[in-house]
Amino acid sequence: MTNNHEYTIALAGNPNTGKSTLFNVLTGLRQHTGNWPGKTVVHAEGFFTYKDEQYRIIDLPGTYSLYSNSADEEVARDFIIFAKPDVTLVVLDATALERNLNLALQVLEMTDRVIVCLNLMDEAKKKGIIIDIAKLSKKLGVPVVPISARNKEGIDELLETIARMVHGEIQTKPTKISYSRTIEEKIAKLLPLVKEVIGDEYPARWIALRLLDGDTSLLHALQSQPHHLLKGGAHYGCHCSAKSI
Amino acid sequence: MDATVPPNPFDELLKEAQHLSGDDTREQIVSAIFQTSQAICKETVTYTKQEKLHETEKLDRIFTSKIWGFPIMLAMLAVVIYITIAGANVPSSLLAEFFGWLEGYITLAFEKMHAPEWLYGILVLGLYRGTTWVVSVMLPPMAIFFPIFALLENYGYLPRVAFNMDRLFKKSGAHGKQSLTMAMGFGCNAAAIMSTRIIESPRERMLAILTNNFVPCNGRWPTLILLASLFMAAGYTGGWKTLMTASVVVAMVVFGIVVTLTVSWVLSKTALRGVPTHYTLELPPYRRPKIWDTIVRSTLDKSVYVLKRAVTVAAPAGVLTWVLANIHIGDTTVLAYIAHLLDPFARQLGLDGYILMAFILGLPANEIVLPILLMGYLSTGALTEVDGLRSLKQIFIDHGWTWLTALNMMLFSLLHYPCGTTLINIYKETKSKKWTFVAFALPTGIAIAVTFTTAHIAQWLRFI
Repeated sequence: MTNNHEYTIALAGNPNTGKSTLFNVLTGLRQHTGNWPGKTVVHAEGFFTYKDEQYRIIDLPGTYSLYSNSADEEVARDFIIFAKPDVTLVVLDATALERNLNLALQVLEMTDRVIVCLNLMDEAKKKGIIIDIAKLSKKLGVPVVPISARNKEGIDELLETIARMVHGEIQTKPTKISYSRTIEEKIAKLLPLVKEVIGDEYPARWIALRLLDGDTSLLHALQSQPHHLLKGGAHYGCHCSAKSI
Repeated sequence: MDATVPPNPFDELLKEAQHLSGDDTREQIVSAIFQTSQAICKETVTYTKQEKLHETEKLDRIFTSKIWGFPIMLAMLAVVIYITIAGANVPSSLLAEFFGWLEGYITLAFEKMHAPEWLYGILVLGLYRGTTWVVSVMLPPMAIFFPIFALLENYGYLPRVAFNMDRLFKKSGAHGKQSLTMAMGFGCNAAAIMSTRIIESPRERMLAILTNNFVPCNGRWPTLILLASLFMAAGYTGGWKTLMTASVVVAMVVFGIVVTLTVSWVLSKTALRGVPTHYTLELPPYRRPKIWDTIVRSTLDKSVYVLKRAVTVAAPAGVLTWVLANIHIGDTTVLAYIAHLLDPFARQLGLDGYILMAFILGLPANEIVLPILLMGYLSTGALTEVDGLRSLKQIFIDHGWTWLTALNMMLFSLLHYPCGTTLINIYKETKSKKWTFVAFALPTGIAIAVTFTTAHIAQWLRFI
């Protein structure tokens, strides 16, 4: 580790929303981009400096959900949960907001350090789609920045918002999805146990929800994390090391 | 195990969660999210131009129509290849002439320095000629083909290709997304193997991995285009000649797709049995690409990438080939010896020993198969100097080539084992030596079977 603190930014979003284009604009790299869902399957990493501070940016695979249906969704999910980026930038296609919001809402359940980035604003304008940015931001409870990555528009505002968020100058209040009564009751039942086993390190409500959905791969991933992070894990960890001797 | 192991808290948590979970949990979660998105959009988004919203649908009705979808696809491919062939001839010859002119001066310099014969041989006849051949033969078609391809890709046409193919893949028992990974293979098979991660089911993913090789990648396009333009339209002149050549390349691609579907179908009925999973393929909106950016980037990135790979592998291969061609065992060279050894088998496939050797030495990268072949032929001393495509064809003809040899080499190139990089990726993705071997052996078997068949049918029908 260097002395200078380095902030980590994760880029999440549906396939083909211009994440890679934005990644290239921010880092000056030239990762291949295309109008083509599934172009990025492994995450790419790049760096940039803004106002004398170092940022590391990770371009996650584009996915429609974070339910670990496939290897690329798992990559994206694990990064947001375990690497705990300082900011998760959710890139949305402004011309297909409704469909794209589904992923944003899922990310908001996982972390509160989210900036929503409305890309392809130029396209939306051409198609006569008008989006009330302020209202959207209020509804989601996180900053919303309109940009056009390929025309390099809105990048300054985006960088400024990122900088303010990593310095704790932005308070977010992510919207909470209210599920059906049965689901909410089940979450309430499971939540104490989740908190007991996992601790406060990870978003308990989200984990409870994933477990109810039968997502076992998440639990395996949690289990293989360093044990000291987990509440009550010390004992368990000792046992493991004793066994290995 | 220790008898005093405390119950694993994770297992307990999992058990509790499973106890609580119901059948329709996922459905309820998803519908709650969808409803929230819908509600938010209703309050924040307004549409002012209704007619603009349906532009993509209108275009899709043409591009993905049941009647016009496939003809348009084939026509597009033919046009792209036509432009490539028509445009590449002149710059190819110019480059070859330039390198030949430069070679004269390099030779003079070597003579002035009284450099030993073997050094001149390795550096100029092996290394220099090998690499300049790759550049002059491959750069012009790549610099035309890749940008056009990238423009179509960025415009959003490629996913429509996938959409058109989707039904066929499902019918062959594979996952519809395989059409996407296949389309990716047109660029690079090694990258396409990685992209199979978008397929959830391991069975269907394996199908996509095993058959990805049957579409020509960057490294093989130049071989196909070059051989087609040299041999496949002999009786025609001018524009007709180019059109014929383009049709042959299109036919090759179609044949590769047919093999992909057939192999998928057979595997899904035998070793990888199962029912295709349902999924919805999303079509991105058509977007006008940034034309200059796309052209510049794809020319620089892709062409230079392929060329760099070809040159870095071709340069040592050139040296190796020259050395092999100049070390004598008895009265024959090692190179001629190996080629001679492979010859009887290669003849059965309508090829010759040198071609087969080039494919074997070309395992690291498909880009270098043709250069190695040329170096092999040149090292036999048939020709001292080469300029332009005409003399290139002469080299082949001097070594007994006919249109059938060209056809079989194209078929073998299309169908044979994936390149080294792709095989490494297959191993990384499947983590199985067995399946990596299958990915090597299956296409090779098919390549041998197909070329054997064409060679023998042609002989039987006395085409040759």
